[in-house]
Amino acid sequence: MSVPPHRGGPENPSAAALRERFPGAVGRVDVVWGETSIVLPPERVREIVQWLHDDPAQRYDYLCDVTAVEFRDPEEPLTVVWHLRSLPHRRFLRLKAELGAGAGAPLEVDSVWSVYKAADWLERECYDMFGIRFRGHPDLRRILMWEQYHEGYPLRKDFPLRGRFSRSEQLRQALAAHPESRYSLEELSIADASEDLPEAMRQRLRSGERTGE
Amino acid sequence: MGLTARPEGRTLATFQPQSQEGWIATRLDFLVNWGRANSLWPMPFGTACCAIEFMATAASHFDLARFGMERMSFSPRQADVLICAGRVPFKLAPVIRRIWQQMPQPKWSISMGACASSGGMFDNYAVVQGIDTIIPVDVYVPGCPPRPEGLLYGIRLLQQKVMRERMSDSTRLRAEMEPDPTSQLYIPPSAIDTLSEPFGNSVNQTRSGL
Ligand code: SF4
Repeated sequence: MSVPPHRGGPENPSAAALRERFPGAVGRVDVVWGETSIVLPPERVREIVQWLHDDPAQRYDYLCDVTAVEFRDPEEPLTVVWHLRSLPHRRFLRLKAELGAGAGAPLEVDSVWSVYKAADWLERECYDMFGIRFRGHPDLRRILMWEQYHEGYPLRKDFPLRGRFSRSEQLRQALAAHPESRYSLEELSIADASEDLPEAMRQRLRSGERTGE
Repeated sequence: MGLTARPEGRTLATFQPQSQEGWIATRLDFLVNWGRANSLWPMPFGTACCAIEFMATAASHFDLARFGMERMSFSPRQADVLICAGRVPFKLAPVIRRIWQQMPQPKWSISMGACASSGGMFDNYAVVQGIDTIIPVDVYVPGCPPRPEGLLYGIRLLQQKVMRERMSDSTRLRAEMEPDPTSQLYIPPSAIDTLSEPFGNSVNQTRSGL
């Protein structure tokens, strides 16, 4: 197997298709180790992802990842990255959107949840770690840290490795958290979940039968 | 056993059953401790790579069962010793404390590995710097991960510790950290029963078929 060159090499054909379909929207296109990255304006990402998903010549049907990069250089903008894969055409495409640089920049971008349901947890993780808000996400809560976590967004460059609070304060806040509070009531309550059970099982449960006995 | 001559003119009232079989005289302390030390049921709290080594310890090659730990108690209510194998993130801190509170007295705990004992290399925003900031620890097993021999040695140390306990020692029972009914952490027992009902508990086993 030949190793693709570090820089350069053939572009993913989707890049040319995007240039034709969305003139002016396609920014820098890099090919690194044979993988194509396309920089897009943040406000058009959702629309472009929708087209990449729907167009029969593209068919990007698998969202591998949504993440973000912050660079050590404060002038460099924080970048949100989407990894898309087309299983029918065996293509991989990386989309990037540069949000504003500096402290006051609004970190907001449209959610692609309406295109890929897989974006749900990926965007929650990105929000949890970088503080990027995804407009239109149905349930944008923290996912790795607990919901009452106050110290900020751990993967940002200005976040100290050991967190902002002292160890004892961190422990106090963690112990004050409700272990159950991170589940919604639906997840805990059999009464609500029973609506989703098959009718036969509901009948057996109603008659007092216990599973496994 | 230290026979001395009986004083002149005195007879000892002696218990003389028909047969001496089936009798043993010992200290109650010793007997209870012997029983406890050799039937410690572990509650495995495996959170990371150390848990793999814990499984190796429990498997046939090292065979934890030789030390009376045949049965892993996945219900804290039936466990004697909490073995924390792996790093504990802050998000798990209330969970491990809840599990410790659910274990009945007498109970002991082993902190297995560098991470559980001190946070290990994870000196960062997410990891508890030693589980002894949350629950009392009896034995620390060093290593990253400790070899099964290391864990077995820690368990042997714990058994020695159990053997040395005395009924008369009032510090024997570990102080319970009682949840304050006004705190956010507090859930009344009735609510816990309602929540745990579908999953079963030690009284009401709904899933295991036991
Ligand atoms: S002590 Fe080492 S092996 Fe054990 S949990 Fe920590 S990193 Fe993993």
